[in-house]
Amino acid sequence: MKRVGVLALQGAVREHLQSIEACGAEAVSVKWPKDLESLDALILPGGESTAMRRLIDRYGLMEPLRDFAETGKPMFGTCAGLILLAETVVGEDQPHLGVMDVAVARNSFGRQVDSFEVPLEINGIEGAFEAVFIRAPHIVSAGPSTEVLCVHDGKIVMAKNGQFLGCSFHPELTEDHRITAYFLSMIPSKSDLLLPN
Amino acid sequence: MSQHGTDRVKRGMAEMQKGGVIMDVVNAEQARIAEAAGATAVMALERVPSDIRRDGGVARMADPRITEEVMKAVSIPVMAKARIGHIVEARILEAMGVDYIDESEVLTPADEEFHLLKNQYTVPFVCGCRNLGEAARRIGEGASMLRTKGEPGTGNIVEAVRHLRQVNAEVRKVIAMSEDELMTEARNLGASYEFLKEVKSLGRLPVVNFAAGGVATPADAALMMELGADGVFVGSGIFKSDNPERFARAIVEATTHYQDYKLIAELSKDLGIAMKGIEISTIAAGERMQERGW
Repeated sequence: MKRVGVLALQGAVREHLQSIEACGAEAVSVKWPKDLESLDALILPGGESTAMRRLIDRYGLMEPLRDFAETGKPMFGTCAGLILLAETVVGEDQPHLGVMDVAVARNSFGRQVDSFEVPLEINGIEGAFEAVFIRAPHIVSAGPSTEVLCVHDGKIVMAKNGQFLGCSFHPELTEDHRITAYFLSMIPSKSDLLLPN
Repeated sequence: MSQHGTDRVKRGMAEMQKGGVIMDVVNAEQARIAEAAGATAVMALERVPSDIRRDGGVARMADPRITEEVMKAVSIPVMAKARIGHIVEARILEAMGVDYIDESEVLTPADEEFHLLKNQYTVPFVCGCRNLGEAARRIGEGASMLRTKGEPGTGNIVEAVRHLRQVNAEVRKVIAMSEDELMTEARNLGASYEFLKEVKSLGRLPVVNFAAGGVATPADAALMMELGADGVFVGSGIFKSDNPERFARAIVEATTHYQDYKLIAELSKDLGIAMKGIEISTIAAGERMQERGW
């Protein structure tokens, strides 16, 4: 069974854990570096990116998370999670993990009264997906190897860059598990991982 | 086709706060300290509850200048308090673009009979509750987030514990009931039948429920998480302590790692003096903020 972690410092952790289980994988809460061991993939959930970042620094998670990215295992960030993954955060000197080749702007759809939900067409997902945007960021620019999966209102709101998947909205706030299933399909099957002796 | 102010958008914003600490602040400088300490949101107000309690008089919505300065100072969500039933204070805060309104018993009620009809607003609301009936009525009016009332401004956790235990015990009771018992329970609680059916089928409240009203130490915050709160509001506990920056950081960390007792011990060392507390029995019944609203 695939083991998928959710960074559990703060935010919509429970919803992601449930979605992973609904897709038939084992869901693991990640609070400490040791929790990253033996995971096949990791989700960085929605929440407040500044709060999560402080806890990442305080508990020595930054290097282990970057090491996890180095292994090539899939990582998926939703909203605040996308901000944590991005190589550039507009208006800030330093990124957080800085592993996904995209530049992200925070709160780019306005304040909470401007938050919205809208059905979107997403490349690789059949049929419309109800996307919930809450004080959401968007992808301002993406590197050449990045595959844009969804654009809303002229803004990139979902993209894939190699092992990294990111979206501005919150699939975890719906009962629709297709995006989680899409992410789980990015985990190589065991036979792909067999190394030549 | 995009829709604003739906239940999912309003409740979802509170879901993003889970596991976090929301801190009362009275100016931009305090807001920046709260954000740097890892607060998930700040509550802008003119006086923290312990000062409101000390000063007496009528407590109203904060001067919009204060709220505006706080909104400019931080990138995390900014909440603000309106008086219970004060339609215009709520509309002013919504027009200013505040991210969440607390229809709060900490302020002097504007209406002793009717709460705001919160489903008429695009901005989401958080409301206080002491039991499942109050929770049901506030959600019925459109609240998108709950918090226990506790007894604000006392630095005494006892009422917050009582209210959280009460709500959670009543939720567990509803879950365990057979469906033919729900209507009578709805009558007894003053809750709608539909609401209790929803609680039973979800196995929990349909919105996030934070603890509030008396959190003064990292151990208090962890206690509320242990009892099943989704997160914690800290009012006077931070900026009425000896060392607000350290208290703020320690309370955030204790909330995240609420079952790591060695860690909480470390966090709690040499923090300085917590806010001075008040024994509840010394507060005259008419001055207990938790009695406001119904």
